[in-house]
Amino acid sequence: MSTVSQRRRVAVAVARKDLTIEWNSRILVNQVAPFAAIVMVLFAFALDNDGILQRVAPGLVWLATLFSMLVVIQRTFAVESADGALDALRVAGVDPSAIFAGKSLALMVQLFALELLLVGTAVVLYGVNMTLVGFAEALVTLLAATVGLACVGTLYGGLAGGARGRETLLPLLLLPVVAPVLIGATRATEAAFGSGGTKVSEGWPWIVLLLVFAVIFAAVGSVAFGPLVDE
Amino acid sequence: METVIELNGVVAVLGSFPALAGVNLTVQRGEILLLQGPNGAGKTSLLRVCAGLMPIERGTGTILGIDLATNRQDIRTRVGLLGHTNGLYLDLSVEQNIQFWASTVGASKDEVANAMRTMRVDGRLAKVKAGQLSAGQRRRTALASLIVRRAEIWLLDEPHAGLDAAGRDELDALLRNAVAAGATVVLASHESERAASLATRTVTVDGGGAQ
Repeated sequence: MSTVSQRRRVAVAVARKDLTIEWNSRILVNQVAPFAAIVMVLFAFALDNDGILQRVAPGLVWLATLFSMLVVIQRTFAVESADGALDALRVAGVDPSAIFAGKSLALMVQLFALELLLVGTAVVLYGVNMTLVGFAEALVTLLAATVGLACVGTLYGGLAGGARGRETLLPLLLLPVVAPVLIGATRATEAAFGSGGTKVSEGWPWIVLLLVFAVIFAAVGSVAFGPLVDE
Repeated sequence: METVIELNGVVAVLGSFPALAGVNLTVQRGEILLLQGPNGAGKTSLLRVCAGLMPIERGTGTILGIDLATNRQDIRTRVGLLGHTNGLYLDLSVEQNIQFWASTVGASKDEVANAMRTMRVDGRLAKVKAGQLSAGQRRRTALASLIVRRAEIWLLDEPHAGLDAAGRDELDALLRNAVAAGATVVLASHESERAASLATRTVTVDGGGAQ
């Protein structure tokens, strides 16, 4: 059995490897981020009407996040299957919970960068105004939602990664499961943005929901990722 | 001589198909054992059982003294299986790939440098992305990762596939070097003449049994 320090070492190695692959290939920067920005611009074209954008901006930010996340997850497991690397890790007896932790960590970093871009785009394109406290709440919301999305995304990415038709299977499996994150993150972001007259204090219970979701899927993923990729 | 693989009457099932039907096999440290036989004979299944990937249904077996029936995960960490794919990250350079595998076992930079030198993927090649390598260079990179993983038994499925004549000669020389350095090699190959000249012993696998 691997010790905690061995697991930590492997998780860090996997996360560093995934981020190095992104650094080498620039897929997030050159393809996913522009895609996310284009989605936000298209929302602006479709809903450009008497302040609607300011009211629905939080939901649009999180919808764009989910769509972009699907692309990032597909990519992170495509690099594993291109030359049988995930199989090689499994064959080598590398602790699956450490692989899960490392891949989730790398996904968190990429998603957080993407979400910052989307919030920035909402501020610029949709005319969103935030107080300092609202900005702090938005940051906490991003962090809490990112942990949950990364854990559930890694779990379902691993599940769909070995399946036939994985490109279409992943959205079908993943989007219903992340509905609680979409709801919680949207409500918390509404409070942070002050959309529709909501107060900043109304966002904190939703952030607690996001944290609960994150803890549940971190725990489930650590246990279930190994058997799922073994199948 | 130290026995590193010992299988007694091992039966393994692939779905509902009996892939191995009572295999008896003993391999000593430092051997290069060739498994030969027709397609579907059970060569790959035998390699996967030795790698701790396929459970055994009946019989007994130990790999490096570890019980196959109860402790397959520990076996996986001490053997290296190289199948039809190389297990490389195509967007990472040769050095980054090997460094990654080194990180998973805590191997030092010196070990990485030695493995790259042994498999001749150092120098200019070190900075080339795996996706831009030839088939032979990818194979050598994958073998270097087996070295840094400190695999004691190398299980190679059709290692000569995709290599040109020069690449095959080079691979044979590298495997002999690895054995000289303490590894044991079990390889399955269709190319009987070439592989037989490399092997110290040959076992024929057919109908799920080994002779």
